[in-house]
Amino acid sequence: MTNTSNKSYDVIIVGGGHNGLVCAAYLAKAGKKVVVLEAQKQVGGAAVTSELSYGKKVSSCAHFLNQLNTIVSKDLNLTSHGLKLSASNISTIALHADGDHMHLTKNSVKGGGISESDAANYKKFMDLMHEYAGTLGFLIDLPPMDIFNLDWDDKVAAMKLGWKMRFGLGAEKMSEFLRMVGMNIRDVLDDEFDNEHLKGALSFDAVLGTHTGPYSPGNFLNFLYRIASGNNGAVDIPEGGMGAVTEAMSKAAIANGAEVRVGARVKSINVDNCAVIGVTLEDGEQLSAGIVASNANMKTTVYDMVGPRHFEADFVKRIGDIRMRGAAAKLHIALKELPEFTGLSKQDLKNRLVIAPTQNQVERAFNHVKYGEVSTSPMMEISIPSVVDSSLAENGHVLSATVQYAPYELKGGWTDQAKADFLEVCINRIAEFAPNIRDHIEHAEIITPKDLEDRFGLVGGNWHHGELTLDQMLMLRPVPEASRYALPLDGMYICGAGAHPGGGVMGAAGRNAAQAILKGDA
Amino acid sequence: MKKYDVIVIGAGHNGLTNAAFLAKAGLDVLVVEKNDYIGGATVSRNLHEDWKYSNCSYLASLFRPEIYRHLNLAKHGLQVVTYNGGFTLTDSGDYLGSYSDHEVMRREIRRHSPVDVDAYDRYYHQMAKWCRFIRPMLLRTPPDPTSFKFRDLDELKFLGKKFFDLGQKDLYDFMKFFTVSVGDFLDEFFESDLIKAHKAGSAVVGTNLGPRSPGTAYVLLHHYMGDVDGAVGAWGFPRGGMGAVSGALAGAFQEYGGEIRTNAGVDQIIVKRGKVTGVRLENGEEIFSDRVVSNLDAKKTFLGLMDPKDAGEKVVKAAERYKSRGSSGKLNIALNGVPEFTALPKGSELIKGDFHIVDNMETYERGYDEWKDGKWSTNPYLDLLIPTLTDPTMAPPGKHYMTCFVQYCPAKVEGKDWNDDLLKQFGDNVINSIAKYSPNFKDLIEHVEIRSGQVIDNEIGLTEGNIFQGELSLNQLMFNRPFHGCAQYRGPVNGLYLSGSTTHPGGGVMGAPGANSAREILMDMNLSTTVPEDEGDD
Repeated sequence: MTNTSNKSYDVIIVGGGHNGLVCAAYLAKAGKKVVVLEAQKQVGGAAVTSELSYGKKVSSCAHFLNQLNTIVSKDLNLTSHGLKLSASNISTIALHADGDHMHLTKNSVKGGGISESDAANYKKFMDLMHEYAGTLGFLIDLPPMDIFNLDWDDKVAAMKLGWKMRFGLGAEKMSEFLRMVGMNIRDVLDDEFDNEHLKGALSFDAVLGTHTGPYSPGNFLNFLYRIASGNNGAVDIPEGGMGAVTEAMSKAAIANGAEVRVGARVKSINVDNCAVIGVTLEDGEQLSAGIVASNANMKTTVYDMVGPRHFEADFVKRIGDIRMRGAAAKLHIALKELPEFTGLSKQDLKNRLVIAPTQNQVERAFNHVKYGEVSTSPMMEISIPSVVDSSLAENGHVLSATVQYAPYELKGGWTDQAKADFLEVCINRIAEFAPNIRDHIEHAEIITPKDLEDRFGLVGGNWHHGELTLDQMLMLRPVPEASRYALPLDGMYICGAGAHPGGGVMGAAGRNAAQAILKGDA
Repeated sequence: MKKYDVIVIGAGHNGLTNAAFLAKAGLDVLVVEKNDYIGGATVSRNLHEDWKYSNCSYLASLFRPEIYRHLNLAKHGLQVVTYNGGFTLTDSGDYLGSYSDHEVMRREIRRHSPVDVDAYDRYYHQMAKWCRFIRPMLLRTPPDPTSFKFRDLDELKFLGKKFFDLGQKDLYDFMKFFTVSVGDFLDEFFESDLIKAHKAGSAVVGTNLGPRSPGTAYVLLHHYMGDVDGAVGAWGFPRGGMGAVSGALAGAFQEYGGEIRTNAGVDQIIVKRGKVTGVRLENGEEIFSDRVVSNLDAKKTFLGLMDPKDAGEKVVKAAERYKSRGSSGKLNIALNGVPEFTALPKGSELIKGDFHIVDNMETYERGYDEWKDGKWSTNPYLDLLIPTLTDPTMAPPGKHYMTCFVQYCPAKVEGKDWNDDLLKQFGDNVINSIAKYSPNFKDLIEHVEIRSGQVIDNEIGLTEGNIFQGELSLNQLMFNRPFHGCAQYRGPVNGLYLSGSTTHPGGGVMGAPGANSAREILMDMNLSTTVPEDEGDD
């Protein structure tokens, strides 16, 4: 029998990432006594703002806000808790070596040698994507169906899905969707467009944050995901960086009565008599609760915190089989002043800048990562948030870029030299478009997938806590036995990105988990 | 003027299967074939002296036993000879053998990787389970999920029931299996890279995907079914080469009164007022029938043989989007003797099976990367077989024939058409790859026929030489094969049908698409069917 301390809660949430905070806020709102335990000194997990160099701050992992769940944002009233946008609904600018860049919005595309027919097709295509997103988007806000044991909500959802597919979309678009759902983005785009530059930029949206290239089947769905989650695919920049988003979530949780503790690393989740009874912190403190929801990685939760002996061997094997290969690195540069991007005005630089010239180049960049190498000519998504938010840099600017591809396990290891070399590759890559950037660099750092694991607990460096591929989605996410947020252990839940619908600073997993907990409790 | 009940375009094995079942039902059926020989890709040809080359397909492992029985193919000379063995050669000079005896196989796996022995059992049982699960669906017409017709709903119910009968654990496992890459799938079982490489070959054969591409595990199954069929003797190769399959089908067809015309290439399918009325041959001759079955792939049929106005805008677009990219090549080699493979023990029976080169997963994947850039793989995956070790009739006494399947080989070389020079370079690369493991191989070569996808396309009409008449990717299976609207073997106009492996369940010399198509035609004509359903061989 484990000793319990005097601190007792209804629910303990392990990990103060955005989903943990959202989950806590919902539970507290429903009257539960909740505590969030965060190991780091600040909440936020991988949605944090941290210091890059003196007087300069940057969003250390996620850097755009484009998938934040609108229901969560409204329910938790994040605006009243301080969430402000320094730029909203920004465009994507696909950079081109000759300076003739392509500007993309939700349904229009200009520049970059786009033909009239491609521009018209783009509108038609994106309208169709938004229609699909509108048809399927509601699944994000529901727990995956338990098809062997449909409850009333499942039946309603199944009927709604069938109805929306067959009558909302109609037979033709429905069958077209069923064709496209397993496709790779490359074939989809090749079927629609001629302009290689446009296809390159769009294919990047499908591979971002995944361990796939444009040729990999199934990643059309990742493309659709970006549109279906969040606010119709709109991309925003939060004032104060991504840390401000989780800060607001934390305030919302506290305002609803939850307790949020930082610097409280959970060492183990305690089990007695086949049920969860609480947690032990690293310093030995024990907290008790009949329900523990883990916002940590699934593997960490099962292997390190609860311990495999509390689960069936088959379940433990499945957890071990979850694929979590990160393939993206993060690049941060502190700049003395704004570099000049050939062909872009200062105002343009608030937008999302993408380096993904053609699908073949994206695919070739992906080739390397399969063999434990870094891309020699990487693809990037660049943000210079200080253009619209001076709070991030007292003087000068900060640049943040997601870089694809870099492997989690580099052949020869991620030594200091390997990191320095890759940093050079990345800076050279940006210099192709901003020739004078080197003159302005104060400080630069590269965060490899391995670093993402070490810093944020993202096992394998995958920011979805498990790759979002067809075989790891919906009722297969993270594994069938845990797809409804409850693990096969009384009182044990998961509430993070490893569960449906995955990561991307949505908050949907946290909300769905809270509802599962409340439902199970009722 | 003579009017046939049905005209079948193309005397490939599916066209002949289709025609035979229709003739068996008493219909007056004509098969027209553009080449001067029948069989399409299921053929044996004398291209060098007395050697018989199975110069496209070379195994009949998937051929449906129901068709074999119901068309009485044994009587028409089809004898499928099973073989034992097969192996993968390793760079280190060793080999991993394949044995049908489970215990022997376990011992062989233990020799390479003791921890994988139990995994092999698990793997074997799981694959067998999926084979048994999917096999009954081969001889059925896929339902249209958007339809409200009784038949479609009933079929959906049948499929739904089958899925749920699997039970919770297996259903979820199957869903995962269906979408995962073969590399990831094998990683869940095995530790040894050699064992994974040995298994992964079947998942990329004929496929324009690498072993790390999602969806390839399913292709593994597609090639694996024959293995489980082993007990009924449908696994192996036909005596006399693949031509024996088409020959027996033609024999059955003709016995039922059917007629075959070779050297009769079709120029156009004639459509009048939304109805098929016959075909016009390349020489201008018109032949009449209210029903035309195309055994060509969807691209060749709708874009090649039809007036776009007849096919309709939607079908033309869908056919253009239908993916049939070539990724493989083939060498047929006449040998003066049996090549010696230094890794194998002297006199090993393993050499009678099909054997492979490529002993690690990375080499496959790199070969695929080269293909994506329009090049052939420097270190290709080879599936080699010497049928004459089991069936000496395919070569003169004492001589041998080797078939050599090559993955990956681009449809065009960096955008350029294939020519003799490129074919030679490609062939030399393959031969050198084999010679690395067999010192006397080159000296034994008497004649080589080198075939790229383009050569195969020009000769027998498989678009880009895709061996499945269209890729077996997730978006082109079941009710999406070849595409929605034509997935139930019917074309866009009245009286037009498809029977090739461009339809469900796809390629692999199964005969199932041809049989399913015949069933649909007989149903439309209100005739009782001659086509068997799955009879559950095990």
